[in-house]
Amino acid sequence: MELLLNAIVSGLLLGGFYAAVTLGLTISFGQLDIVNIAHPAFVIVGSYVTYMLNSAMGVDPILSGVIFAPVFFVVGAAIYRVYYASFERTGQEALSGLAFFFGLMFIIEVLLIIIYGVDYRLVGAPYIGATWQLGPIIVPLRMLVPFVVALAMTACVYLYLSRTFAGRAILAVSQDRLALRLMGADPIKVKQVAFGLSIATAALAGALLIVIGPVEPSMNRLYIGRVFAIVVLGGMGSIGGTLVAALILGVAESLVATFYGPSWAPAVAFGILLLTLALRPQGLFGRY
Amino acid sequence: MGGATRGLVFWSALGLILLLGVLATKTFENAFFFFAGYAILQATIMAVAWNILGGFTGYVNFGSAGFFAIGAYTSIALVKALDPPMIVPLLVAALIGGLVGLGTGYLTLRLRGVYFAIATLAMAIVFETFVNNWAYVGAATGAYILTPEAPFFFDSYIEFLFALILFLALMAIAIARYLKISRIGQGLAAIRDDEIAAECAGVPTLRLKLVSTSTMGALMAVAGVPYPFFVTYVDPLSAFNLVIAVNAIAMPMIGGTATWYGPVVGALLLGSIQEVATVTISSEINVLIVGVLLVVFIMVAPQGIVGLIQDLWRRLRPHD
Amino acid sequence: MTERLLEVESLSKRFGGFIALDAVSLQVGEGERVGLIGPNGSGKTTMINCISGALPCDGGRVVFKGQDVTRLPAYRRVRLGITRSFQIPRPFRSMSVVENLCVPLEYARRDRGHGRDVREDAMAILELVGFEDRAGQSSASLTQVDLRKLELARALAAEPALLVADEAMAGLSSAEVDDILAILLKLNQRGVAVIMIEHIMRAVMRFSERVVVLDAGKKIAEGTPDQVVADPAVERAYLGE
Repeated sequence: MELLLNAIVSGLLLGGFYAAVTLGLTISFGQLDIVNIAHPAFVIVGSYVTYMLNSAMGVDPILSGVIFAPVFFVVGAAIYRVYYASFERTGQEALSGLAFFFGLMFIIEVLLIIIYGVDYRLVGAPYIGATWQLGPIIVPLRMLVPFVVALAMTACVYLYLSRTFAGRAILAVSQDRLALRLMGADPIKVKQVAFGLSIATAALAGALLIVIGPVEPSMNRLYIGRVFAIVVLGGMGSIGGTLVAALILGVAESLVATFYGPSWAPAVAFGILLLTLALRPQGLFGRY
Repeated sequence: MGGATRGLVFWSALGLILLLGVLATKTFENAFFFFAGYAILQATIMAVAWNILGGFTGYVNFGSAGFFAIGAYTSIALVKALDPPMIVPLLVAALIGGLVGLGTGYLTLRLRGVYFAIATLAMAIVFETFVNNWAYVGAATGAYILTPEAPFFFDSYIEFLFALILFLALMAIAIARYLKISRIGQGLAAIRDDEIAAECAGVPTLRLKLVSTSTMGALMAVAGVPYPFFVTYVDPLSAFNLVIAVNAIAMPMIGGTATWYGPVVGALLLGSIQEVATVTISSEINVLIVGVLLVVFIMVAPQGIVGLIQDLWRRLRPHD
Repeated sequence: MTERLLEVESLSKRFGGFIALDAVSLQVGEGERVGLIGPNGSGKTTMINCISGALPCDGGRVVFKGQDVTRLPAYRRVRLGITRSFQIPRPFRSMSVVENLCVPLEYARRDRGHGRDVREDAMAILELVGFEDRAGQSSASLTQVDLRKLELARALAAEPALLVADEAMAGLSSAEVDDILAILLKLNQRGVAVIMIEHIMRAVMRFSERVVVLDAGKKIAEGTPDQVVADPAVERAYLGE
């Protein structure tokens, strides 16, 4: 019973973190239809930048995540520009756009291997290693802190998309580009901002990732299944759906890892993805 | 040249190449030639197979490594159980690869192409997880294959493997060419251009897509069957190699996806570059170059090398 | 009276809570020219999608040449003889004009794959629409009106008994409308029944023997063009109360 309780709690904490990782993809894939399969690779880059700032100057990982997120925003906006010019404008995004992000993912992973090698890297912070005990439940702080930050991120993105003009423009462009044009907003610029935001959240999630545990370059592949499963299960562009789906996945993975062994965990995400696509392709909160 | 003449030229060329390849095993001394040649030919099969679904039909497969590993692990499992002649794992792997391709396709091809791409990745990773836990084939630690004796005609086993993979590659090319120039190829092209319009033109889209995915799956699995004998040690990390997956996409896209020979051009070119680079520079940088070339080509020359040459040709002969 | 070519019985289609078609019935006889009109959103395109098989319907039956085709996939219906053209043309962009026709010639005809010379037949159809000198041209470079003609040519290549033309003349100039109309009449003279969905009233009036009017998913009027034009229910549907 204790085992089950702990598995569920750590699953929820993990799930919250997964939501942070997936937020950006909810925007880029769920809302804008850009199949950014390299999204998890950007998360890992965020982890490595955190590692550098932490090992060189002792900067707190979460803090450094917040600091360099704007840089990633700019990078994301630039990448969208290139993607738009090369593929969206010519209607090639089905095959070539997909291959583009695949190539990008690959380049990022290999560059990280060349620069940092395949060894695991980790960061140090006062809350890593400490645990709280609530009755029978053990709550490691290295999971709790990212969980809290992740929830904050989710709330911020949700509020941004639903309350600010820029955010609502992003939701609008995902639904009706012409109407947006008529309102005087440039769809391309709006998408640039959206994609920049998606990469920025990815980088911040990377900072959270390296707090949770050590990181190595090929880890992005573990997350591809997770993020796409969450986006699809959550209902494509729904932020709330992302959170719920992420929590579900986190708990499912945790239970499988606890009772069947951790080596089966990667299959859980894809299993959920395939099931969702087969049974209810619009996800939990999808429109149609 | 009429269709019949073209066919004759093609098959004669295939026969000639096979003959030359077998002769090479008798005359060449340097084993590196056979090792490098094997790797390039294996990549050729993967590229040609990928293009049947990717270039011909317009559906991207990200899980090439998974199909390849199906072949490799079928090989290992059968060798451990029965130690059969090579033809057995070849046929069994082709069947399994074909069925998995069929299954993945059937579950997801009714949805958008994007979901198919993700599902192929899912299949590869799920299979990798499964293999990681399957003790019979060595699980995560891997399995060793003892190099068997070279069969009758050949002096060393690697020479036999080279001849075998050459034969398999030529067969894959012939299959791809047949699909492309036949009625099936027209239907696939219609599906790639506009699936809804194709269906409304009488093309049985689901059926043809499944033909595409199964053929691709079967060929990729076949490419993986001799692999354990080539490397003698197989673990999930090497069998589910990301390089195999990227090459399977990069080679056809750089070579040119519109024809049956584009992937061959891409595989020969890129494959040779990689073999040289791995030895002279480092294997990581070599792989980085592939990734960069892929991105550059799809941005700048999406029609591939073959497409570029065709454009050039057209420009030099404007009288059409 | 001969058996009807197409019998649509009480067809219904819902998208979530929205009822696109509400028990609509329609009959088309062999070689007949039927106009299908109605305000935007009345369900015309949904109707064709259900008839052609692009969408599954939620209720009712579609019977073609006496055969229940309600559960048949679209490509089988094409082979039985129902074709459609699309409102926004969907050419096979990587193919030339003649190659576009070869696809339905290879796949949709009843005696397909029996060694008939596909190219010859393709050229014959191209002559019908006036494209015989452009056979080798890339379909991606055609003008709007030419794309519409290619759509119709491709539909004809399937040797249909019934053609549903979805707003084949939308956005065209007056002369271009006459062009397309002429092609449709030529098709009809060869025995092809046509359901014309159109907003261009003069085309519908000139072309149709019978007109069916849809509004908000229901059939509200049916009759000769003159009868329908005079019907107050139709006027209300288009102009409001």
